[in-house]
Amino acid sequence: MMQVSQLRLRAGERLLVQGLDIAMRRGELWAVLGPNGSGKTTLLHALAGVSAPDAGGVLLAGRPYAAWPPGEAACLRGLLPQALADSFSASVLEIVLIGRHPHLARWAWESADDVAVARAALAAVDLAGFEARDVLTLSGGERQRVALAALLAQDPLLLLLDEPLAHLDLHHQIGLMLHLQQLVARAGKAVVFSVHDLNLAARFATHALVLGPHGHRAGPVHEVMNEATLSEAFGHALQRVQAGGQCLFVPA
Amino acid sequence: MAQALRIWALLAVGAGLALLVALGSGSALVDPLSVPRLLFAPDGSAAAEVLHTLRLPRALSAFATGGLLALAGALMQVLLRNPLADPYILGISGGAAAGALAALAAGLTAVFVQLGAFAGALLTIVAVFAIAHRDLSRVAAAGTLDNAPRLLLTGVMLAAGWGALVTLMLSLAPEARLRGMLFWLAGDLSGAGAPAWPLAALALLLALAWPLSRSLNVLLRGPLAAASLGVRVVPLRRGLYALASAAAAVAVTTAGAVGFIGLVVPHALRLLIGNDQRVLLPACVLAGGGLLVLADTLARTLMAPVQLPVGVITALLGVPTFLVLLLRGGGRR
Repeated sequence: MMQVSQLRLRAGERLLVQGLDIAMRRGELWAVLGPNGSGKTTLLHALAGVSAPDAGGVLLAGRPYAAWPPGEAACLRGLLPQALADSFSASVLEIVLIGRHPHLARWAWESADDVAVARAALAAVDLAGFEARDVLTLSGGERQRVALAALLAQDPLLLLLDEPLAHLDLHHQIGLMLHLQQLVARAGKAVVFSVHDLNLAARFATHALVLGPHGHRAGPVHEVMNEATLSEAFGHALQRVQAGGQCLFVPA
Repeated sequence: MAQALRIWALLAVGAGLALLVALGSGSALVDPLSVPRLLFAPDGSAAAEVLHTLRLPRALSAFATGGLLALAGALMQVLLRNPLADPYILGISGGAAAGALAALAAGLTAVFVQLGAFAGALLTIVAVFAIAHRDLSRVAAAGTLDNAPRLLLTGVMLAAGWGALVTLMLSLAPEARLRGMLFWLAGDLSGAGAPAWPLAALALLLALAWPLSRSLNVLLRGPLAAASLGVRVVPLRRGLYALASAAAAVAVTTAGAVGFIGLVVPHALRLLIGNDQRVLLPACVLAGGGLLVLADTLARTLMAPVQLPVGVITALLGVPTFLVLLLRGGGRR
């Protein structure tokens, strides 16, 4: 689904990632972990093709972004950026319907089918009944879920989510992770999400990419997420404990 | 789609009525019912003469100017993702004012005033683009909340510079020419006699902008989200800047710096019919045009035979309307 080779990312003069080679396939749920400023957002933007990497190649379904018409690429991959800000009044349904843009023909208007997709997406993020609400009246967590619903309505094969759990309460965090897990397992999607909660990552992700100050590690969760790697990446000693059948990382 | 057609039809009827009222009223009242007859089958009477040589060109100029201003305002608000942007926010009216006032101060004829205004507007458009084009050419800004701050700041700075120049010219200009200069600054349609150009510009710009309108809806979600939804953000924003600037430039060239239409009309329509640009852009043209026709009719007749600058009327009507809408909208937030 996505092939990354010898990727190098920079923020100004600072080198964030170098020599990154990974392949993300359908049916995989990738967690991107790392401290603040380690390049999670920059990486997701490069994967989404909205900003060019410093060096290296990003292939979406075998082709570089330059070879994809933007509209077709948008049917294959979607991005949930961090902190979307709305300045204009609009109904929740209108915002979610914007996710249907790449699926509509040049002169087409949204059909009843598109509305049905949008409503299903709203239901998936527990916002059924919010269709007519003005987005400017929503709370931060609700807005985040509207943005998620717009991405679900876009219905790409590869979902790139930049801190999708931010602003969400505990219940909706688990709900979202379960939904992503279902998309991956049942619908054969690929998901890449950046996250600060190591325990949710360990519980739901199939693969992890850890970005640290001294390099990166990528692979299946059980190989990558261990005390040594995470402690080094975050610069803080972490201890792994078993509780209630879950493996938890707690700061020492 | 059906709802959009209903909205447009309603506004078109409104604009048509506004034109009828404008054509019927003035120092020589013409019966509104006989206006269509005189319009399409002039009988050589004095009323027909007044209608064809004076009122019709002026009313059509007013419609074109109002439509262009509302269109420019709506586009500028999308470009800057700021509901309080107006067509002049990037300094276009300032540049046009400096050009027009220079021509007025020199005592040149109306054609040169219009040329001066257009040149000043064009100069500003190019200067703002040259300084801030990096802002328009970037998708992923450092902050994802980025609403093109460099573009906005550049425009505001240029407007301030032009403002100083305008004040300088006003203080140095011969007293006899001050009145004309003040009228230009407030926005005045008495010199607008050739509606063909602004009408053609209005039709062309709307025809170019409307096909972009679904992408504009997406762009309102922010450049990053728009790029990931398959919108070519950089060319779209450049095109948007060009269209909005061109509309504002033609409008100020026709009628001077008429205020408030470009801010109030898109804003009011958004609150009434929603923020789908596909519906909004044509609606803005019809409502802005119709409104300026009515405002100009008031400006001509309110204190006749004294003619007021139409910008005074639009501001006097616009300010309370805007405040009411803002307070009503404030309740929804």
